[in-house]
Amino acid sequence: MSALLLMGGRVIDAGNRFDATADVLVKDGKIAAIGPEAGAQAPEGTERMDVKGLVVCPGLIDMHVHLREPGQAAKETIATGTAAAARGGLTSVVCMPNTAPVIDHSGGVALIQNLAAEQGLVNLFITGAITKNIAGEELAPIGSLKKAGVVAITDDGHCPQNNDLMRRALEYAKMFNLPVLDHCQDYSLVSDGVMHEGYWSTVLGLRGWPSAGEEMIVARNILLAETTGGRVHCQHLSAAGSVKLLREAKKRGVPISGEACPHHFTLTDSAVAGSDKFWSADGRNIYGFESAGAPQAAWPAYDTNFKMNPPLRSAKDRDAILGGLQDGTIEILCSDHAPHCGYEKEVEFDYAPFGITGLETELALALMQLYHTKRLGLPELIAKFTVGPAELLGLKKGTLSVGADADITVFDPEREWVFERKETASKSTNSPFYGWKMKGKAVATIVAGEKVWGNGVN
Amino acid sequence: MPWHRKHLLDIESLSADEIVTVLDTARAFKAVGERAIKKVPALRGKTVVNLFVEPSTRTRISFELAEQRLSADIINFSAEASSFKKGETLKDTARNLEALNADFIIIRHSASGAPHFLARVLKGSVINAGDGAHEHPTQALLDAFTIREKKGKIEGLRVTILGDILYSRVARSDIWALTKLGAQVTLCGPSTLVPRVFEQMGCRVTYDLDEAIRDADIINLLRIQHERQRKTMFPSLGEYSSLFGLDQKRLARTKPDALIMHPGPINRGIEIDSEIADCGRSLILEQVTNGLAVRMAVLFLVNGGKGPQEVEG
Repeated sequence: MSALLLMGGRVIDAGNRFDATADVLVKDGKIAAIGPEAGAQAPEGTERMDVKGLVVCPGLIDMHVHLREPGQAAKETIATGTAAAARGGLTSVVCMPNTAPVIDHSGGVALIQNLAAEQGLVNLFITGAITKNIAGEELAPIGSLKKAGVVAITDDGHCPQNNDLMRRALEYAKMFNLPVLDHCQDYSLVSDGVMHEGYWSTVLGLRGWPSAGEEMIVARNILLAETTGGRVHCQHLSAAGSVKLLREAKKRGVPISGEACPHHFTLTDSAVAGSDKFWSADGRNIYGFESAGAPQAAWPAYDTNFKMNPPLRSAKDRDAILGGLQDGTIEILCSDHAPHCGYEKEVEFDYAPFGITGLETELALALMQLYHTKRLGLPELIAKFTVGPAELLGLKKGTLSVGADADITVFDPEREWVFERKETASKSTNSPFYGWKMKGKAVATIVAGEKVWGNGVN
Repeated sequence: MPWHRKHLLDIESLSADEIVTVLDTARAFKAVGERAIKKVPALRGKTVVNLFVEPSTRTRISFELAEQRLSADIINFSAEASSFKKGETLKDTARNLEALNADFIIIRHSASGAPHFLARVLKGSVINAGDGAHEHPTQALLDAFTIREKKGKIEGLRVTILGDILYSRVARSDIWALTKLGAQVTLCGPSTLVPRVFEQMGCRVTYDLDEAIRDADIINLLRIQHERQRKTMFPSLGEYSSLFGLDQKRLARTKPDALIMHPGPINRGIEIDSEIADCGRSLILEQVTNGLAVRMAVLFLVNGGKGPQEVEG
């Protein structure tokens, strides 16, 4: 029987169109009251937290993370991954099924559920594979996965190349009301590409991963969503053409959506050539570039922490992703948190695995690139971390309605800080953003009424 | 301009003055190579590792001889007969070599950026002997040296690079070196292997061979690299040869003093007619001779030498 009163914060609950200074009372893990009466209803012994000047919003959801369990615990575990999530202000994360073994059977779902119950610091939702062993050949037992509790299916990291198979997956998953999340990559066009195909791949002599390799599959998914009426969601969009296709399809009412990750709307392919090249050109458009003082972060050419899939693209693509977020074409923000061990990344660029960590920086980078640059207001930004994923996946989360689970994020949009390796909760440190000056930080992460992370509030 | 770099990783980051310093130093070493006693003590007591993760003949031999002429101790390492086959990483391999107190690592690798990676993890000097499709700096330096020696200058010359540009590290290094030194560089070859994006590096792209070679002072032919092509980039070697191969008929339409270069190994009858490779206008073997002097100069400079005035006369 615990109670918590958050006093005097700016409460932004996008789903309920609420944005005002108010108190929030939490009792027994649920939202009990919001507004002037909240304080009066607080029972004796209620813990009080002064959150004046801070934003109080429904707990943020990251619907695209890799927690690496089972099978790859050297990179990350459910304990460390959810700790990183809490530190980043996330109260729920959705994990991808490309573990070892792949989550293509109900036993795998149960295993993760058990680990999450024992060790998870935040809520964990699970996705299952579209195809057996994410090999793109035969459908996984989607019905059993649904029964076991998955919230979506995806072959993330891989992309079903067989269009008929994808069509059947959409038709079949529709029966269970399960959205299909797709990592959009045409293998014949992308081949062994390791970075965006353009000027910088030419100069660096690295194999190109052309934008058309993503756009081709986004277009395919639009056609199949239209054909089947199945719900398709395009993961981690990186290319301008993808945003254009999605915008046009949504206008026609096609059941399709998209998500964007901070690295794709902050960095560009010039970053692979090193910080000098980046800051002297594309880096100038980043929020905070002009705020002189401490030197900007520095990194060398061919730094494998700038290698991810899909790759960092041109400044034009970055602008298109920002534009898609601004006009609502892209309604979901996420990190694609992809931890890898130091020794796996400390190799030749060609041989390094794709992916970077992102749970601890996504809120700050989203605030910098969207809110502080005046592309989005706070309610619209918060919606992309709450209502957006909750609606797509059918989660009873992302709201501060009375009676809802008391998952709450308290953040300071103005707090300036530097992302430091030593403060990382993730087991891995493959982030390109160490040393970056950030603006905006979670100061309390509350899951079911319990503060699981706090920094500078009491 | 005195040299002060510890590594030679690429040409892109060098200034024109630095390139000229290497060329001038190489000229001094070429003179040394023409003496009866060809050996100097510049690297006596120093250890050089030739880390050739990708096979190479002429570059490896050239570096080895350069090291011997500078009196260095040499370790030769090839990927075929090493722990690479057992899955040891490049970092671990290199650190083991460093534990033997190697002062210089000469690296040839199929992955672009591998020399940059090594330079970050090791204390010694790293010299790039060709990394993937990225750069081959000593090749560009020896090309520039050869052109300057033959034509007396580089600025204002028209240099056409012909062939497989996309996968060529030589092309990239040549483009940087020659444009920095004031040459006008034209690229020519099939559009799949010579994408327009190269124009952003400061050169001209054309798909008309006759136009590309008509006014050229230097024609640099590149080998079609079958091993680097991830898919069919042109229909056949026969079609390539008929469209872009340098034959006698085409050579007759070039300027009479235009010179022919090729970094080797040559595919006789594909990018170049066999007789042209051996004719008086071909600089192919002089490039090899000059490569030795250039590599001696590079080793001498990264070892702390400042310039040609310090080479023993």
